[in-house]
Amino acid sequence: MSGVIQLVYFAVAVVFILGLKAMSSPVTARKGIVWAGYAMIAATLVTFYTPGMQNYGLMITAIVLGGGVAWWSGRVVKMTDMPQMVAIYNGMGGGAAAAIAALEFARGGSHGAIATTLAVLGALIGSVAFSGSCIAFAKLQGIMTKAWRLPAQNMVNLGLAALAVVLGLVIVVVETPPSAIVIAFFIVALALGAILTSPIGGADMPVVISLLNAFTGLAVGLEGYVLGNPALIVAGIVVGASGTLLTQLMAKAMNRPIRNIIFTPITGEAAGG
Amino acid sequence: MEGISALYIFMLAAFTGYEVISRVPVILHTPLMSGSNFVHGVVLVGAMVVLGHADPADPAQLAIGFVAVFLGAANAAGGYVVTERMLAMFKRDTKAGGAK
Repeated sequence: MSGVIQLVYFAVAVVFILGLKAMSSPVTARKGIVWAGYAMIAATLVTFYTPGMQNYGLMITAIVLGGGVAWWSGRVVKMTDMPQMVAIYNGMGGGAAAAIAALEFARGGSHGAIATTLAVLGALIGSVAFSGSCIAFAKLQGIMTKAWRLPAQNMVNLGLAALAVVLGLVIVVVETPPSAIVIAFFIVALALGAILTSPIGGADMPVVISLLNAFTGLAVGLEGYVLGNPALIVAGIVVGASGTLLTQLMAKAMNRPIRNIIFTPITGEAAGG
Repeated sequence: MEGISALYIFMLAAFTGYEVISRVPVILHTPLMSGSNFVHGVVLVGAMVVLGHADPADPAQLAIGFVAVFLGAANAAGGYVVTERMLAMFKRDTKAGGAK
């Protein structure tokens, strides 16, 4: 059975790449998402047969609830509100990657230094994508109308990032880190994502969402390594790389260098977005 | 998995991702962003595996696992619906001869 599951994962990874390829041309774009959709269903179904799994009741409840709410909200939302929906779904993916890492830390056991380092890295990037996407959603949805920035914004960002790295190093070095350290790590990572995104104006948001999308892809790829699942690695890293390129293309189309968007954001809301 | 072969997978996947979308027209930027958002929804698979191996007697593990699967499923389902809606609109426009 395990061999069959691995084969299906392999096929899924191939179809995802073909689907993305199809989605980058106007003629085949619609086919691309439909193929990828079938691949996702196949991947989900075979995962139920993974040997040694339990908690099926909880698992199915979570899938039905999470999938159902997202499916419904995606159906009813107005066409003009699409960008923030992409942001919030992307944030959820980042949150899922971070939660996978959190559960691996909670379960303890030895993964080895490399796997733990990548798990920490994925957790950091995933958490930033989660809270950053929530802010992006709040801004585009009109919940958060003011772009507020701290007096020494870039220094605060740098400080938080450094603190997250230090806490992450502790998790890697200490065999069974106390849960207080792990919780502090996640709080700092989430704060970093929120504070990084909050000064950025609405007009620049699509580029930021694309960047956070690439972040989530990277986080998923890293957690894929931790779980020993090549399908997650391939899908995650492909999205991480294509998302990075797409971010550059979008920034170029808007005539705004990415550096200006992230590090010296314009204050106040610009029109559009 | 062997560390070094994983490194090769990372490297090849990164080049693939870069190559696959390198000639995307501006009009498809947002749908493609949404589509790649759907593709990383495969994180659901990883979330299911970790929840499946969580200790059933530990509520904290079950709660984190539940959140992971919930968020992963939302990423996949929401990502699909939104992308499909964007591209469905797009297809109708091209069939009608572009500008409408």
